Amino acid sequence: MIKSNSGIRKADVINRRMFIIGAAKIVVFAGIVARLFSLQINENKKYLTLSDKNRIREWKLPPTRGNIVDYFGNVIAGNLKVYQLHIIPEQVENFNYLLLRLKNLLELSDKKIKRINKLKAELKPWDSIIVSENLSWSQFVKINNYLYDLVGVKPVMTISRNYPFNETYTHVLGYVSQPNEQEILENEVVQERFVPGMKIGKLGLEKRLENHLIGTNAIQRYEVNAYGKRINQLEHQKGEQGLKIRLTVDTEIQKACGELLKGKAGSISVMDIYTGDIIAMYSSPSYNPNLFLFGISQDEWQLIRNNPLKPLVNKTLSGLYSPGSTIKPIVALSALENNVIDTKFKVKCTGKMELYGQTFHCWKEKGHGWVSLKNAMKQSCDTYFYEVARLLGVDRLNNTAEKFGLGKKVLGEYFNIEKKGLFPNTKWKKNNLGKGWVLGETLITGIGQGYIQSTPLQLCMMTAQIANGGYSIKPKIIVDNNPLSFEDAKQAMEKGLLYDKETKSFKDKKLFKDKKNIKIVQEAMFSSTNERFGTSYRSRIDDPRYQFAGKTGTAQVKRISKRERELDLELEQIPYKDRDHALYVAYGPYINPRYALSIIVEHGGSGSKTAAPIAKKLFKLIIDRHELRNKQSNFERITI
Amino acid sequence: MFQHDRLNNEITFLQKIKNLDYILIISVALLSIISLFVMYSTDGGEILFHTKNHFVKLSVFFPLMFLVAFFNIKFWHNFSYIIFLLVILLLIWVSFFGIKSSGSQRWMDLYLFVLQPSELMKVAIIMCLAKYYHRLKIENVNSFTSIMIALSIISIPIIFVISQPDLGTSILIASSGLIILWLGGVKVKYFIYSFVTFLISLPFIISFLKPYQKLRILTFLDPDRDPLGAGYQIIQSKIAIGSGGFEGKGFLKGTQSYLDFLPEKHTDFIFTLFSEEFGFIGSIALLILYSIIIFRIIRIGSISRSNFARLFCFGYAFAIFIYIVVNLSMVLGLLPIVGSPLPIMSYGGSSMLSTMIGFGIVLSAKINHKQMIA
Repeated sequence: MIKSNSGIRKADVINRRMFIIGAAKIVVFAGIVARLFSLQINENKKYLTLSDKNRIREWKLPPTRGNIVDYFGNVIAGNLKVYQLHIIPEQVENFNYLLLRLKNLLELSDKKIKRINKLKAELKPWDSIIVSENLSWSQFVKINNYLYDLVGVKPVMTISRNYPFNETYTHVLGYVSQPNEQEILENEVVQERFVPGMKIGKLGLEKRLENHLIGTNAIQRYEVNAYGKRINQLEHQKGEQGLKIRLTVDTEIQKACGELLKGKAGSISVMDIYTGDIIAMYSSPSYNPNLFLFGISQDEWQLIRNNPLKPLVNKTLSGLYSPGSTIKPIVALSALENNVIDTKFKVKCTGKMELYGQTFHCWKEKGHGWVSLKNAMKQSCDTYFYEVARLLGVDRLNNTAEKFGLGKKVLGEYFNIEKKGLFPNTKWKKNNLGKGWVLGETLITGIGQGYIQSTPLQLCMMTAQIANGGYSIKPKIIVDNNPLSFEDAKQAMEKGLLYDKETKSFKDKKLFKDKKNIKIVQEAMFSSTNERFGTSYRSRIDDPRYQFAGKTGTAQVKRISKRERELDLELEQIPYKDRDHALYVAYGPYINPRYALSIIVEHGGSGSKTAAPIAKKLFKLIIDRHELRNKQSNFERITI
Repeated sequence: MFQHDRLNNEITFLQKIKNLDYILIISVALLSIISLFVMYSTDGGEILFHTKNHFVKLSVFFPLMFLVAFFNIKFWHNFSYIIFLLVILLLIWVSFFGIKSSGSQRWMDLYLFVLQPSELMKVAIIMCLAKYYHRLKIENVNSFTSIMIALSIISIPIIFVISQPDLGTSILIASSGLIILWLGGVKVKYFIYSFVTFLISLPFIISFLKPYQKLRILTFLDPDRDPLGAGYQIIQSKIAIGSGGFEGKGFLKGTQSYLDFLPEKHTDFIFTLFSEEFGFIGSIALLILYSIIIFRIIRIGSISRSNFARLFCFGYAFAIFIYIVVNLSMVLGLLPIVGSPLPIMSYGGSSMLSTMIGFGIVLSAKINHKQMIA
């Protein structure tokens, strides 16, 4: 019994102690329940978000670029469906065999195969490798025929940039291509929306308007596992296409410019003289921007790069030329405005002019005899303008020229490659060359040679501002939201006003002191084209509907030696590089003018023989398309 | 005395069946069924390797529980020391010839399945100490020698298990052993003294820990320290449980486990998956089920006549409680990660084997609750 007593006493101890632990157990369980409650009820939202963040991953797809259309709504930079070929390595049974098959089917190079193998090593097995970015239709069909044998190969349809008019707009639009690292970092919008395989604007408007054109990414949400493999597609969020941008250009005219300059190096610009709309802007030769979309081949690139006519240079905006005789209307206007000459002022041309022992030649060796302003302009007499420039002085001439847009960028905000050219004055020479101005330099500036340099677009704008009666215009290439109609712009201008978009008010943009002087210059230009002995008389159109006024120019590329002057070689006998540039500026129709143009043919010989005939062919088309263009305009009338 | 003798006599098989604790059996069966469904979910909603194996193990070990139960509690009392020594021998064998896996040597290959002797020790130590305190006179409980003997019974297996190394299991074995000392009547002040000593020597102990164990403790203190490395398990487990919310994501819809974000979801983190799919409600239900089991075991202990059965039941109830608390605290981010399975739920044969044997002995105590042991 003692033992049993001890057993009972022991049992009491055990029970009592059990009770103490039992209480402790309840407290601990309560603690666990509290923890569960705090995680699952209180912080449920937080953990649910974290769980979704874990399992849901977003894939951005390349955004669809906005279209660029011409004034008539024709797409000039659009999007095209392209067929691509992807390989998903984890689905491939025998990778090397597959590559061999594809190599034969698509004629892939060894280098390409090497690159695919490298990509395969870098990427996760479920990430697709792009074998070909742009399959031709026949390749696509071939692949689809053998698809049963090509496990792990996926033909994919995607969207890519396309330029339907090929080389017509390259110098305006530029092109898109795959960006390099720096280009991605430079632009925040691109950085945010970048997806491998996406292309961005590399040049021209495509680059300048990148942030408008780019569009937003479509987003695909996938459920992924802990290793990042996609398990389910959850939803697809559509992206928005980039903005549609309407340009002021006319594809028909632009194409015609291309045709007219075929095989030549040069540039044509056409501008609305009231609204400043650029109708055409062609730099020749051009190149096909579609070649750059999927990476240009080395051979094609070398062909473009080594072309002696320099297709990569945008001659309209960054080609710098001596304006030659095309500057003469400005010289005449400046002299008239400054009361240096009047219409009766005459100079006797003997074919040359002597100044401090230096001889300045007129293009006509025999001379023009006594010439007035009108005749001097008509026959482009150099001696007359030497004399006028001498009387006027370079600083007063510079003043007028800069008013009319020489020495300043025309479309600077759109094209960073645009050059501003140069119109010299005494101060410029002192500051930049450290030497005093010499009177002889004034003389050659008066015939558009020497330091003076201008872009074809500047000459076009200069002509437009003479044509519209001497009012300042702001050229533009993009149709803006609140433009002025042709009629409104013209009416405003006739009242000496210009509509300013920023301030939404009319401003005085008169470039002249006396309107009569503009008229004199206009008449002189008319005679140069439409009267006998005019330098571009042979390129005239008699029909008053198309009749235009213009001024030829022949810019020397190289000083003519005495021997060469005596030889008086034919164009073909001179080496290409030494031939003169041919220039022509014009506006028309002469009654109620609407458009101005400038034409430059590099090393084309004389302006009257090479450049002016191009204008004749072009003007008919430009005027014919005017009615159509007017119909396209849908403007609010603004009461002035 | 006569009555006494009659009670000592063998009871018939029918009576044994009648005397079984059906609430406990049903609860364990229910838990087993739940564990099968959860295992099916870890296999991604298919009957694959883990589900099949778990089912096979359940169908072997669940009947084993009854087999153990039908031996008289006296038998288990008599063989307690021998069983303890056998498991010690197994531990020694494992430390020499055991299978190595991920840096520790814990297992022995028995062809049919791989046995982890340290899991068996969880039950054996309770049996051994229960017998020791059953036989010890109450006057001698707090004598120096008896405490030393009890402490050596605990420390011998601990030394082997900790050297495997397996910190989690050794902590569980130690706490199961210490609880018997507590129940046996060792003075409270001794517990307090040793706890204080433990706290003081803690920095010293930490200096002996393996680098990965130190990392676990650091990670526990701040899981965001290295979210993709050491803290990954705790963070992902908390995300899974927290995102389960009140009702859970639904059966087979636990994205965290389905998409492989959960590590060791079959074993130590099985509760995480359960809680993600069945939410707060399900977790509470599971806790209630475990509570019922623990309560039933305590009840069986308290109606037992022999102190061996009483000590074993109370000790085993506490052990089950500790397993649950350690496992849940770990997956809930309340304790550092120490490998410790959730009884019955976790995949793993040895753990299930020892748990079922434990339940079997408890049931044997129930059947023979009137049995006196000299």
